[in-house]
Amino acid sequence: MKDDLLELLWEGLLETLYMVFWSSLFALAIGIVLGVTLVVTEKGGILEAPKLNKAIGTVINGVRSLPLIILIVLLLPLSRLIVGTSLGPTAAIVSLSIGAAPFLGRIIENSLKEVSAGKIEAAKSVGATPFTIIFRVLIPEALPALVRGITIGIIGITEFTAVAGAIGAGGLGSLAIRFGYQRFREDVLIATVIVIILLVQIIQWSGDSIAKSINKKRYKFE
Amino acid sequence: MIGIHNLTKTYKTAKGSITVLQNIDLTIEKGDIFGIIGFSGAGKSTLIRCLNRLEEPDFGTIEIGGRLVTNLNEKELRQARQKIGMIFQQFNLLDAKTVYQNVAFPLEVAGHPKRYIQQRVREILDLVQLGDKENVYPFQLSGGQKQRVGIARALVNEPDLLLSDEATSALDPQTTYSILELLKEINRQLNLTIVLITHELDVLQHICNNMAVLEKGRIVETGSVEKFFLRPESDTAKRFVSIIDHYRDKRNVMEGVGAGI
Ligand SMILES: Nc1ncnc2c1ncn2[C@@H]1O[C@H](COP(=O)(O)OP(=O)(O)O)[C@@H](O)[C@H]1O
Ligand SMILES: [Mg+2]
Repeated sequence: MKDDLLELLWEGLLETLYMVFWSSLFALAIGIVLGVTLVVTEKGGILEAPKLNKAIGTVINGVRSLPLIILIVLLLPLSRLIVGTSLGPTAAIVSLSIGAAPFLGRIIENSLKEVSAGKIEAAKSVGATPFTIIFRVLIPEALPALVRGITIGIIGITEFTAVAGAIGAGGLGSLAIRFGYQRFREDVLIATVIVIILLVQIIQWSGDSIAKSINKKRYKFE
Repeated sequence: MIGIHNLTKTYKTAKGSITVLQNIDLTIEKGDIFGIIGFSGAGKSTLIRCLNRLEEPDFGTIEIGGRLVTNLNEKELRQARQKIGMIFQQFNLLDAKTVYQNVAFPLEVAGHPKRYIQQRVREILDLVQLGDKENVYPFQLSGGQKQRVGIARALVNEPDLLLSDEATSALDPQTTYSILELLKEINRQLNLTIVLITHELDVLQHICNNMAVLEKGRIVETGSVEKFFLRPESDTAKRFVSIIDHYRDKRNVMEGVGAGI
């Protein structure tokens, strides 16, 4: 009866990793575009556009104010349209990416805002284009903060996959619900929790060490 | 070299609009070291930032080297900026880049070939005496060294004009002196026009030939630096000069007492 535990966990872990990886990738791609756009279009930004800034901000706040579970349900038709099904890990990636993108967008916006206005001005004063300023100044200068922010984002997505698991996305979240809750398999429940905690720790640790190594190079400390 | 006519700048804030620069008229000759002095909040930074249009003036015209800076479009402005160096109080170096990369940045922006960049960056780093710091990150430098990198970055693309916004205000007196000496040397060697802003009389006295006094957004006095110290006319100038007179008297008294013992 209990020797299926490892196999179940392994399968759940792979599904979770699959969802986390792709959702993070897509959410990050959208989030970077959102975050950079928010920063450059704000008042006094290098491509000032207050109306666009406001519009994006409003959409982000709107999406973020919806509980994730509702958002997933709302996005099910979209999943069906894009991947042909509204069940399973692949379908969940669609909802998770869209659900997490505004969250990452805000995190990235905040990280980029840490770059002092003076550095941007110095770049402007030598005649740099907005494009150059974004890719050669804004993003590299914010890199340690970006890495830390993105780490928080990916951990958030890991938690989201567990929620999505509750409504048929698969992965460790599903496992905990299907076995631990519905079939009273406490061993599965506890093992799942441990694996999720370990996973989050590994992500946090990787993010921290990348940020640290960047800081070490630049600041010779930490 | 520089002609400013009827320049006016107003900021709109939540509480209403404040006029920071009012009908500024100013002429600065080529090769001059021109100081703009005034108390905090007088509008000095706003004025110098209008010269490379980091701030957009509301009215008036600015002409630099025969070109109307105030009429340039975005692209022309970026090109003009490549020939106007600027240094800042807070240095504003890029932490993610080494000294070499910081100084190379303006040349990359200007689209110079890599070989030229390499040769030119080394040349200018030698000029500011940082030839041995090429691969160091700004964090590891002292304030004076950081400002030298700032100067190298501002000069690497051979500008016709250097703008300095309180470039020595964050530095100790000795370092200030060495930076001012460097600027003087560069002015002499390259016949570079320097416009510098300061609230420190020492700076004015040490390197400027001509000056303007800014008071609440208006120019209240212009002329040679000598005139500023010998025959101050404006309130601001008199207050500045009275401060040094006060200390001179005090020092005379103290030395007098010392001699008597
Ligand atoms: N972006 C801004 N928005 C509103 N007010 C500003 C802004 N920048 C400067 N000011 C105001 O303009 C005045 C002049 O500022 P500034 O040019 O920095 O003076 P200075 O450099 O002589 O100390 C100050 O009263 C300051 O508060
Ligand atoms: Mg100032």
